[in-house]
Amino acid sequence: MLCVTLMDGKARRWPVIGPLQLLSATNPHRLPSGIAKEDEHLLVAAAKRGDAAAFEELVNRYERKIFRLTMNITRNREDAEDAMQDAFLKSYAHLKDFQEDSRFYTWLVRIAANEALMRLRKRRPNQFSLDEPIEGDEDLMPRELEDWGPSPEQRFAQTEMHEILSDVIDKLEPDFRVVFVLRDIEELSTEETAKTLGISVPAVKSRLLRARLKLRHKLNRYFRQGDTN
Amino acid sequence: MNCKSVIREISNFIDGALEPAEKQDLERHLEHCGDCKIVVDQTRLTIDVFCDSEPVELPSDVRSRLHEALRRKITEKTR
Repeated sequence: MLCVTLMDGKARRWPVIGPLQLLSATNPHRLPSGIAKEDEHLLVAAAKRGDAAAFEELVNRYERKIFRLTMNITRNREDAEDAMQDAFLKSYAHLKDFQEDSRFYTWLVRIAANEALMRLRKRRPNQFSLDEPIEGDEDLMPRELEDWGPSPEQRFAQTEMHEILSDVIDKLEPDFRVVFVLRDIEELSTEETAKTLGISVPAVKSRLLRARLKLRHKLNRYFRQGDTN
Repeated sequence: MNCKSVIREISNFIDGALEPAEKQDLERHLEHCGDCKIVVDQTRLTIDVFCDSEPVELPSDVRSRLHEALRRKITEKTR
């Protein structure tokens, strides 16, 4: 699911302001954000016409999600920040090339993922390769099958849950992690994920299966019933 | 369908990408295999908790740098 906030579902016009009146960095919500996600294409069209405020609205809307994406891929704060910044700057510079055959957000995710992957490859040249074949099925059979209780999501406070998810995804091997992030968190299709990563559809499916099973196994430590840490 | 096949097809099952006959086979297996049912349910929940997790607030220094860079880029482009 794409976690875009729908405020009131009604289209609103954003105020036309010049480039020098860009929003203050301390006030992310200066522009009325009642513009629903269905209006994304209107913002994109306005931004293509040179309306800086419209592009800023897109940045405001997606900056947290794009930072989460680049953090999830790189697992390094400095790289994540650089990748996010470059992704927004590149998307602004190449906005005219965006053909609108997908959502703007999907296009942005692909740019940001490439920026993050480039940095991950640079930092871990010998530890990250999507070209390596995956071994057989022997390691797939799940271990530690324990009851998680009715609703583990309700047992943890939001910040605690963030820490748990950050911890388990941090420990997942990068070549599985990037596929899980693009496919399950960003909800790219299998084909879009394959295209973004430059690997085949079967390779995406195989890595996604392993990523999901490995994360389930890692979460078991936190979620098993009667155990809260 | 045996447990090994179920595990191999979990992703396709969760994503609704199985052929109807395979889906039926898998569901029949889950009716009598508690272990596989646990794995399927927990794998589904694993995806849900990540997907439902709201991104944390962007640190203010990170946000300031992003918007400063953007401001420079826009000024540069409109000059």
